[in-house]
Amino acid sequence: MFTHLFYTLRNFGLPVSMNEWQDLMEALEEGMAGSSLTGFYYLCRAILVKTEAHYDRFDLAFASFFKDVDTPEGLPEKIWEWLDKQLPALEATEDMKRRHRNLDLDELKRMLEERMAQQKGEHHGGNRWIGTGGTSPFGHSGYHPGGYRLGGTSQQLSAVKVAGMRRFQEFRTDETLGVRQFQLALRKLRQFTTRLEGEKTELDLNSTIDQTSKNAGRLELVWERPRQNSIKVLLLMDSGGSMTIYSRLCNQLFTAVNHSHHFKDLKIFFFHNCIYDHLYHGPECSRLECTDTEYILNTYAQDYRLIIVGDASMSPYELLEVGGIIDWHQFNDTPGLEWLKRLRHRFEYSVWLNPINKKYWDYSSGTFTIKVIRQLFPMEELTLEGLEAAVNKLKTRQATAI
Amino acid sequence: MAKKMLQYQGSSDYIVSDEMRNSVNIAMALGKPLLIKGEPGTGKTVLAQSIANALNKKLIVWNIKSTTKAQDGLYLYDTVQRLYDSQFGDGDVGNIKQYIQLGKLGEAFMAKEQLVLLIDEIDKADMEFPNDLLWELDQMSFYIPETRETITAHTRPIVIITSNAEKELPDAFLRRCIFHYIEFPSPETMEKIIRVHHPELEKKLMDQAMETFYVLRNITNIQKKPSTSELIDWLQALVVGGITPKDIKQEMPFLGVLLKKNEDLDQVLEQVYERQVNKKDKSINKTLSRFYR
Repeated sequence: MFTHLFYTLRNFGLPVSMNEWQDLMEALEEGMAGSSLTGFYYLCRAILVKTEAHYDRFDLAFASFFKDVDTPEGLPEKIWEWLDKQLPALEATEDMKRRHRNLDLDELKRMLEERMAQQKGEHHGGNRWIGTGGTSPFGHSGYHPGGYRLGGTSQQLSAVKVAGMRRFQEFRTDETLGVRQFQLALRKLRQFTTRLEGEKTELDLNSTIDQTSKNAGRLELVWERPRQNSIKVLLLMDSGGSMTIYSRLCNQLFTAVNHSHHFKDLKIFFFHNCIYDHLYHGPECSRLECTDTEYILNTYAQDYRLIIVGDASMSPYELLEVGGIIDWHQFNDTPGLEWLKRLRHRFEYSVWLNPINKKYWDYSSGTFTIKVIRQLFPMEELTLEGLEAAVNKLKTRQATAI
Repeated sequence: MAKKMLQYQGSSDYIVSDEMRNSVNIAMALGKPLLIKGEPGTGKTVLAQSIANALNKKLIVWNIKSTTKAQDGLYLYDTVQRLYDSQFGDGDVGNIKQYIQLGKLGEAFMAKEQLVLLIDEIDKADMEFPNDLLWELDQMSFYIPETRETITAHTRPIVIITSNAEKELPDAFLRRCIFHYIEFPSPETMEKIIRVHHPELEKKLMDQAMETFYVLRNITNIQKKPSTSELIDWLQALVVGGITPKDIKQEMPFLGVLLKKNEDLDQVLEQVYERQVNKKDKSINKTLSRFYR
């Protein structure tokens, strides 16, 4: 019955592995679920779920698996009274464990109904009737690994109800999967400093041996500067409009770049569809917070690695015409393409990442503008492979076609 | 239960939720590291201290920084000292052991009795850091090539790892951990937590302060939401400053204790006070209540 839960969890997109499953089985052997569904819920969650982003999926899967196991509401008041007694803890023997392990849930429910019909009074201890203590599968404070807990302490909410509440919905990001891979790909984007700046903190073993030998064995330590990454990155992201459908992918990249601490400098700006006189500080592209593109062209050193992320799909006039800017209240004296050219000439190490699948570049709605921009920037698709290719291209100056 | 296990029940100076207590006990019973995540200031680090106190065990803290390497936790081999000693004839240079210094992890392994090891803010370190510790945390042993010694833990330490989620942790590492996410405490739990830290606090002052606190947390666009530890500091400031309950909502004194970023302070002042100035007839209470969810 639990193996089925394993597959239910996996079907709901939880990356549960056999290792964790074995740990759970081990924990159940030790009775750590406290023979209650609530205990089982928290036990499963602690062992099987590794990030709060998956709590919601787990809740859904758990609720769906145990949806038929709602704590029976129709229990007669009398039975609750029988159960409302405290008993000392019970020691479970190996023999008891063996006998009880293989109860099926349906069978349990059937048995419970049967006994509710037959039982006439209170019962404590023993192994059959509903009551406290003992090893009957029904009741509480007793021991039965696959039993039904009816009443007793600690249970405010049944696990199914806790799971049904979906308190962790907002943590659900679905984004965590690709971020690490992206980050690993970005790590390759590094160029080490010459050993000219910084503090000398590393022991240079070879020079030390050399110097010491020259000193006729008198020790002389030689230190050198550790090498650091000198890569600076300028990231420009298209936001809004046609990019909305790719926002998840772009978020992954954004998180990965943002969390890559190995760059010497990282600047991120946003634009809408095409780049004109201004680049914005936030994805909402508000005119209140922006920097002149001219300023960026003049101030940022040429060795900044320029990564532009965008679908490069727009109407031709947005790219080619004066006044083609999509925002109603704005006007551009210089066509977008001219701005792109200026950027391209300033930053020789540059690449364009396109979230549109490469297959469709020649067939999508933006085919024309994609073609024009591809002549200017080396373009890669925004996938793991594409990013790796892009990182390689950023290591060398890219020849300009125009 | 077949086996008598150590059970953590919380300690007098730390309020622990049922879920968290479960997770701690599960991790201890299975002998696996417990990975704790949660907003800054929800008591991740204090948990280890509480476990150590409750179970009467020693606590070893390994603070991770961006420059920390996995090797630092195992041992350090002081080559330079050894070279110097050989030059000047100090110490017993032949005895390499003298120059091996155990790191925090090594220290925890060598301890005669079980202790609690806190690996604090593991996400600060390099991305490969968790992977480099897989074997050591799994097997609880490591090998020192210089002395041809294997250090094996006498008893498995209770390992608590905290993370602020600045970096994604590798799957292989996560698979070996028990995971728990600390939720932000509800007002009821918060009251208990405050009682632990300020048992003498006036009920009215606390209610007013908590109300204001939750209002601030619910203001949108705040970058660093105030957390439990900040609320406790704020209450301390209010008590020391002799603020009366009714002044709290009106004046919001010592706001800097709760909000650590200039932008956030501006945001709050703008949203709460500006409107107050513009519409003098409206009481601030009404303005504030707009921010309740």
